[in-house]
Amino acid sequence: MFSDYFILAFKNLKHRGVRSWLTLIGIFIGVTAVVSLISLGNGLEIAVSSQFGITQTELITIQASGATAMGPPGESVVKPLTIKDLEAIEKISSVKIASKRILQNGKLEYNDRLIFGYIASVPSGKERDFIYEQLNSGAIAGRLLKDSDIGKVFLGYNFYIDKAGLEKKIIPGKKVLIQDKEFEVVGILEKVGNFMFDNAVYMNEKDMEDLFNFGEEYDVILAKPVDKKEIDKTKEDIEKTLRRTRDVKEGEEDFEVSTPEAMIKTVNEVLAAIKAFIVIVASISIFIGAIGIINTMTTSVLERKRDIGIMKSVGARNEDIFFQFLIESSLLGLVGGVVGALIGTLIGVFGTIGIANWLAVDIKPSVDIMLIVFTLLGSFIMGGLAGIAPAMSAAKQNPVDALRT
Amino acid sequence: MKKGDKNSIIIELKNVCKYYYMGENVVKAVDGISLKVNKGEFVAIMGPSGSGKSTAMNLVGSLDVPTKGHIFLDGEDISTLNESDLAQIRGKKIGFIFQSFNLIPNLTAKENVMLPMMFQGIDIFERDQVAQELMKLVELHDRMDHYPNELSGGQRQRVAIARALANDPEVVLADEPTGNLDTKTGNIVMEFLEKLNQKGKTIILVTHEPELAQAHADIVYWLRDGKLEKVTRKKNGWSKAGKEKLRQTKHKGDK
Repeated sequence: MFSDYFILAFKNLKHRGVRSWLTLIGIFIGVTAVVSLISLGNGLEIAVSSQFGITQTELITIQASGATAMGPPGESVVKPLTIKDLEAIEKISSVKIASKRILQNGKLEYNDRLIFGYIASVPSGKERDFIYEQLNSGAIAGRLLKDSDIGKVFLGYNFYIDKAGLEKKIIPGKKVLIQDKEFEVVGILEKVGNFMFDNAVYMNEKDMEDLFNFGEEYDVILAKPVDKKEIDKTKEDIEKTLRRTRDVKEGEEDFEVSTPEAMIKTVNEVLAAIKAFIVIVASISIFIGAIGIINTMTTSVLERKRDIGIMKSVGARNEDIFFQFLIESSLLGLVGGVVGALIGTLIGVFGTIGIANWLAVDIKPSVDIMLIVFTLLGSFIMGGLAGIAPAMSAAKQNPVDALRT
Repeated sequence: MKKGDKNSIIIELKNVCKYYYMGENVVKAVDGISLKVNKGEFVAIMGPSGSGKSTAMNLVGSLDVPTKGHIFLDGEDISTLNESDLAQIRGKKIGFIFQSFNLIPNLTAKENVMLPMMFQGIDIFERDQVAQELMKLVELHDRMDHYPNELSGGQRQRVAIARALANDPEVVLADEPTGNLDTKTGNIVMEFLEKLNQKGKTIILVTHEPELAQAHADIVYWLRDGKLEKVTRKKNGWSKAGKEKLRQTKHKGDK
């Protein structure tokens, strides 16, 4: 019997006018939004996790921050990290090794093109090994820098595959102009899978100081704990030490000590908030879609009043009419869901590929079958719920009145 | 069931009334009608518009329940049944033929014929088989997969006849079956009804045309203002010639 309802409902849907299909736009947009943004969200999550995932789980990052903004506007209010801070951190017993990193925005010229990008310092001695260890990558072409190199740089992977905006790939041995000074490229870093690392220029500290003249002020200090499991304790030790060296009270820190876990947590919180917002927006459009279905079905009941009368005259019970309209409404919801899921998945897949290309990172588009199944089931059920009232009014039609129309 | 076996009553109306309440006014569409229809009879309910014959037909066809009185269908009092039970009995024991054909536009001719069987829970293969046979009976087996709008009026009415027979009902109730047809196709439809009657089906014809009623029916119930005005019976059966004559008269009248 139920298969008969499906057949009848399907036939009725087939004969539906364009006007009826248009009312599906609400649910279609809602489902498209949910599916595309959740699949994009998954892509983003994968991207973000991969950004932090690179062997850095035992690394503590220390940065200066503007928490104590006491200077007048316009002046640099951030008190930078200094050699004093670094030395203090190195003395902490739970810190195995600490190293300063300098990141500068600079211009690079090659092939008659000019781009701006990050230039990262590479320290010398034991700290160099520490930094290379953190990169966890060797040279894919040429070599990395040594202590003795002067006037030389190595580049991130994207320069090698012509994704840095120079319209020509750079190979070891070529010369580039950085801040108008000529440097020789000695090698290319293997692909790290992180936008910043893959697009950066790496330079020995000495050369960098000549270019930017940063003196004894640093952007970032990286520290490795003695015991990876005690990373949170090490973090507290560093905070305590820096409060002393920088003379600030607890709660008024002008620096930030972060562990990768904490960063991932923050990023995930932001992603979750975005997802929640998307789900709310999508729920609203699906709600509107449901009202569209109620409207369509109510109209359909009026239009087919005569059909209802005919069916009742040939023996249809009230429940026969009810289920037929209910299933028709459910199928209507399902159609909106199918179209929405299809387009949403396409947007998700191509959007993810787009993000991957744009950031030059490795994100594989993922199609979440469970998401699609739940979406389709949800839109079928929602169509049914929207159809309950119209189906009840259809079932209640008096056959005599219905036939008279 | 042989025609003329008058011993078994298929439909009985006992002092049936149907009132419609419109504000302060009471419209007595049917006001105390009693009649009996025997199995195998060809009965006509005759009356001008407003005479209550449509209401009477709805009551006889169990599409509607009376305000007062009792209706017995095959011995069962249907005045007290709920809507769903009424629908089941109606689908099983009564086949409807309407003036405006009333086929479902989204279904093909064959599917329309299959519909009444669906509501009786007959499986789809049997439905298909029976529908094909009935389409052959009404000589439309080459139009089975056509939609109603692809058929002429006469063809549609023949599909409706096939549909009325789907559950092999005791009674075929025809409400102005020729009203929307020209005389020639109307006659074809009436011939089908006669054939069915000869095979033993009880036919109830509702019409406002006295000629049509008298040409075909064994008994004519004349209604006026919701009441039974008179009953005329065919004496010893209308002769075949007499029927033919009446039919000719109708032809002329129409022209």
